[in-house]
Amino acid sequence: MQLFVFICAGAMILAGAIGVVTRSHPVHAALSLILTLFGVAVLYVAQEAQFLAAVQIIVYAGAIVVLFLFVIMLLGVDSIEDLRIEPFKLQRKFAAVVGGGVIGLVTIAAISSRDNIGLVKPTPSDAVGAVGTLDPHDSNIRRLARDLFSDHVLAFELTSVLLVIAVVGTVVLARRAPKSVSEETA
Amino acid sequence: MTASVAIPTTTWYLILAAVLFGVGTVGVLVRRNPLIMLMCVELMLNAVNLTFVALARKLGDDIGGQTTVFFVLVVAAAEVVVGLGIIVAILRRKPNATADDLAELKG
Repeated sequence: MQLFVFICAGAMILAGAIGVVTRSHPVHAALSLILTLFGVAVLYVAQEAQFLAAVQIIVYAGAIVVLFLFVIMLLGVDSIEDLRIEPFKLQRKFAAVVGGGVIGLVTIAAISSRDNIGLVKPTPSDAVGAVGTLDPHDSNIRRLARDLFSDHVLAFELTSVLLVIAVVGTVVLARRAPKSVSEETA
Repeated sequence: MTASVAIPTTTWYLILAAVLFGVGTVGVLVRRNPLIMLMCVELMLNAVNLTFVALARKLGDDIGGQTTVFFVLVVAAAEVVVGLGIIVAILRRKPNATADDLAELKG
């Protein structure tokens, strides 16, 4: 059963990824991206990361891809890229070499280190936060919350600053300049 | 479950993530539409997240990998928002611009 889930989700992920790279229409590429994101969410559930699977669906498929689709609609959907044009000589070959090299090297590294993964178990003092204890039998979301709000609470607060900066920066970037300003700069 | 049915191990997940990362790399290098380049960056981020989750499970009682994925998700959301804002600002001035046409910062 686990094998079946893995194969189905892996096929979804790879089909979606190849679709993103090869579809010339931006909307089709965005829909292929959704396929990949759902496949990754399925694998999260298969690996006992239920909270992250929910966040993956909500944030990625629900927000980010919708944002992509909004921008595609805003800019016009007729900007279909002709994939037969190769702008630089040897660009495709170079990209294939780089991509194949990444896949090959990481695969070799993963296979050659498969016996060593997990040998270095974290000591209990590493795994247990300053506040409370992390019981391995707790539910996933409870353990994640304990870790997030004890050890990483400062980083968590900083992400709120990051998000505010991103929102304000995007509003400044994407708004149309007022006429008086644009006349001064022109 | 019979012994003949294999259970996907962490290595399988790592290899799948490597393939996903490689496909995303090829996409960033080959495609010229800035929107699709951003989507390919998302593919690469997802590959890394998958690696984190697989190793967090392998290490058993360590939830730190999943916490890292949480932060990566937040940063990815912020990155997409800013990237799409820049793309909208550029494409409003130059409709149908590709990554090759954008050399305005060249000195």
